[in-house]
Parts: sequence; structure tokens; C-alpha cells
Amino acid sequence: MTGLLDSLGLAQSAELLSLSPPGWGGNLLRGLSHSLQIAFGAYALGLVIGLFGAYGKLYGGKVTRDLLAIYTTVIRAVPELVLILILYYVGSDIINKISSSMGGGRVEINGVAAGIWVLGIVQGAYATEILRGAIQAVPPGQIEAAKSFGMPAFMTMRRVTIPAMMSFAVPGLANLWLIATKDTALLAVVGFNELTLETRQAASSTRAYFTFFLAAGFLYLMVTLCSGVIFTRIEKWARRGQPSLTGGRT
Amino acid sequence: MDTAKAVTPADDATSNQEAIKVENLHKSFGQLEVLKGVSLTAHKGDVVAIIGGSGSGKSTMLRCINFLETPSSGKITIGGEQVEMHADGSPSNRRQIERIRTRLAMVFQQFNLWTHRTLLENVIEVPVHVLKVPKAQAIERAHELLERVGLGDKADVYPAYLSGGQQQRAAIARALAVDPSVMLFDEPTSALDPELVGEVLTVIRDLAAEGRTMLLVTHEMKFAREVANHVVYLFEGRIEEQGPPAEVFGNPESARLKQFLSSVG
Repeated sequence: MTGLLDSLGLAQSAELLSLSPPGWGGNLLRGLSHSLQIAFGAYALGLVIGLFGAYGKLYGGKVTRDLLAIYTTVIRAVPELVLILILYYVGSDIINKISSSMGGGRVEINGVAAGIWVLGIVQGAYATEILRGAIQAVPPGQIEAAKSFGMPAFMTMRRVTIPAMMSFAVPGLANLWLIATKDTALLAVVGFNELTLETRQAASSTRAYFTFFLAAGFLYLMVTLCSGVIFTRIEKWARRGQPSLTGGRT
Repeated sequence: MDTAKAVTPADDATSNQEAIKVENLHKSFGQLEVLKGVSLTAHKGDVVAIIGGSGSGKSTMLRCINFLETPSSGKITIGGEQVEMHADGSPSNRRQIERIRTRLAMVFQQFNLWTHRTLLENVIEVPVHVLKVPKAQAIERAHELLERVGLGDKADVYPAYLSGGQQQRAAIARALAVDPSVMLFDEPTSALDPELVGEVLTVIRDLAAEGRTMLLVTHEMKFAREVANHVVYLFEGRIEEQGPPAEVFGNPESARLKQFLSSVG
């Protein structure tokens, strides 16, 4: 093994990437774990916001619909990097103001929590639109049948509408998840040590830019590939009961 | 005030087993008035066939009975219990309307089986989740019902893999699973290929024979004549003629009904 790496001139890279110091591999993995935590949290928050947002847009009153329209338009209009800066600094400013007005001191903002909130709000706007479209794609007869048997509205949502819309929503939601994993990199600008920031620190400390950014790219790729496998399964489940377009051929 | 509590056995007897009573029902879609004052009574055990040309309002009337469409005005009484309505016709008591709907099972033209559930899951869905029947009991009953409509071997199949006739029979099993006091059929064979109509009609005929109360909107005149004990002909949102099938089909008074019957053959 060592011989092979030597012959390729990669021995030094392998040493830099080793998991224990002086290698930086551990830092990279810690960054990846932070990135994934934020991505998971933000995605979950985004889905919750999206579900409420979609129902609000479809069935809400005029005020609800207008507010949601402003939310989705503004969030989707402003570059995410700018949004992250705004939400992060405005958010921490507000928290500190509240804290000092209540006689407290400066609050240390938890990076993971802040990242989840900021990205979750961004994700929510996109999820709202994906889920709204998916709910509208459910044949009205499916919901009407539930209604005609006296199923209450919330149960209809849980038992009929959401399962029936899943097959329409999953491809869009899979995209959104991949965006979530990559958007975590933007949090580097507010000094949160996720994968990208960890990589930059490792790279600038060792001057091995190529090695570390290649390694980070590889990690992001692995996340995407694993997600692909999982989402293929979810989609298959969501499409249960629907004959495949290829007529059973694989 | 809870009207459900008011239904004592004595009340039930005095209402003379009126399963459905519709009084002066109006329904407009915007400017278009589809129902212009329809009144109809179905007693327990009645099979009422509702016929009429397209746009006569027959489906709308059926859908107003379980409030899938909100009536514009009128009075609807189900099993002696009057549906509480706002002045604009919308049901004012959500719980009441949900409870009443569980006693009125609807069979749709487009079947409307839940596509993400197998036939068995479709049939047990309402009993288990709405009526809170124990699951094992619901499953046992569902198998019986699927057997009865000739789909005993299809319990674990998803609707999309079945023919229209099979789907409609499954939809009838789903309706039977709630043990309804009245079954509402909204053109149950209109979306079927001609060779599949017979199998669905056979199932409905059996149900009529066992004395189930049914309202049946249909284009199948021969069938209506055979199974119904009361036929209602709707024309442009009004009841033009009604009576026993022998009268309505054999000796129609209205010129419009005569023309309609000759046009549908």
C-alpha cells in the first residue's frame, strides 16, 4: 500500500489526510458531520415550513396567502449567500438585543442551531412550492372519496393527501436535500466550521490546497451518491401502486 | 344541542323509516342554476333510480345529499336527522356532517379508490381509522366483502393493476365496509367499457335484492327499470316526472321524458 502511494507521489497527501494529528482528516470528518447535522436539521425544518406553507397557500385566507407569497418570493429572489448573512447577523442581533434588554449579557450563538434556522427558512420557501405543486397534482377524486366517507380534514391530509402527493413531491424534495447539503458550505462565511471552512483552514495551514479541496469534493460526492441510493428507495416506495412507465422492465 | 341524541326508537318509528328526505333543494354554480327546487324522499329499503340527460342536475343532486357540493338552499334530512345548515347552505356543524357521511357510502363514476393502497387497505381504511373498528375485525370483514364482489384473490393488489370493472367492484366493497344506511351510486358504470358493465350491475342488483337503501344515478335504463322501485326523471334541475318504474318507463306522461327515453333507447 505504502509502496503504491509512494510510486504515485501521494504519500505526503495520505499523511496530510490521516485521521489523527498531524493529519487533518479528522478535522475534515468533523466538518462533514457538522455539515450533515445542519443539512438534516434545515431540511426537516424546511419540510415542516413547506407543509404548512403549501396548505396555507392552497387553503388559507387572503392574508395568509399574501404573507406566504411574500415569503416565498423574497427568499427565492435573494441570493442564498446574502440571505444567510442577513438572517445570521439580524438573528443574532435580535437575540442579543432581547438578552440585554432582559439584563443578560451577550449570548453565544450555537453555530449548528443558527445554521439550521437560517438554511431551514431558505429551504422552507422552496419546499412550500414543491409541496403545493404536489398537493395540486393529487387527483381531486382521492380527497373527495375520503370526504364522502366522513374522514375529518386532518386525517384526510395524513392518510390520503400526503401519501398520494409523495410520488409527485419526492423528485423535487430529493433535489432540495442535495441543495441543503451544498448550501451548508455557504455558512463558512459566518465562520461556522463546517466541511468547507475546515477544508480551507487545513489547506491554508499546510499549503496543500489541491489535496484538501479534492478530498472535500470527494466527501460531498459521497454524500450525494448515498443520498441518491436512499432517495431511489423512497421514490420507489412513494410510487407504490403505480405501474412503472417501462411496464415492469427494469 | 345535539340532534343525534334526539333519535330515540320512537322517533325512528314516527319518521316512518325515511332514509333520506330532500326538500326544495336549490344549487347554483355562479350564475348557472343547476337545481331549481328538488324534493325527494327515499324510505328504508327503497332503490331510487335517478335518470335524466346530461346537465339535468342528477349527479349534483346526489352530491348535495352528502354535501360534497354545498347546496344553495333547501333542507336535507338523513335518517330522521336534519343537517344543520348556514343560510348559504353550507353545513354548520362539521362533526354532524362527518358523522352523517359515514352512514352514506358513495360509489363514484371514476371509482376513486386510493391508488397508494391495496384493495384490502382501501376497504379497511374507513372502518379502522374513522369508525375505529378493531383492525383484525375490519380485515376479516374486508376479505368477506372482497370475496362477495368476486375479488377475493385480489386483496393485495393495487387498484391501478385492475380493470375498471374490478376497481368499481372494489369501490362497492369499500362502501359496504362502513355498513352504510344508504348507498349513493353516481353513474357507477359510465366510465366502464361495455363488456365490464355487466359485472358491476350484477353486484348492485344483489345489493338491491337484499333490501339495501340506494340512490342510483344511472344511464342504464333497462337496469333502472329492473332494480328500482322508484324512478325520478330530472330535467333542467327539476323533477319532471317520478313514479314506479313500470309507470315511468312504460307509460310516461311528460313529452320530455318520452323523448328522453326514445333517445336513449
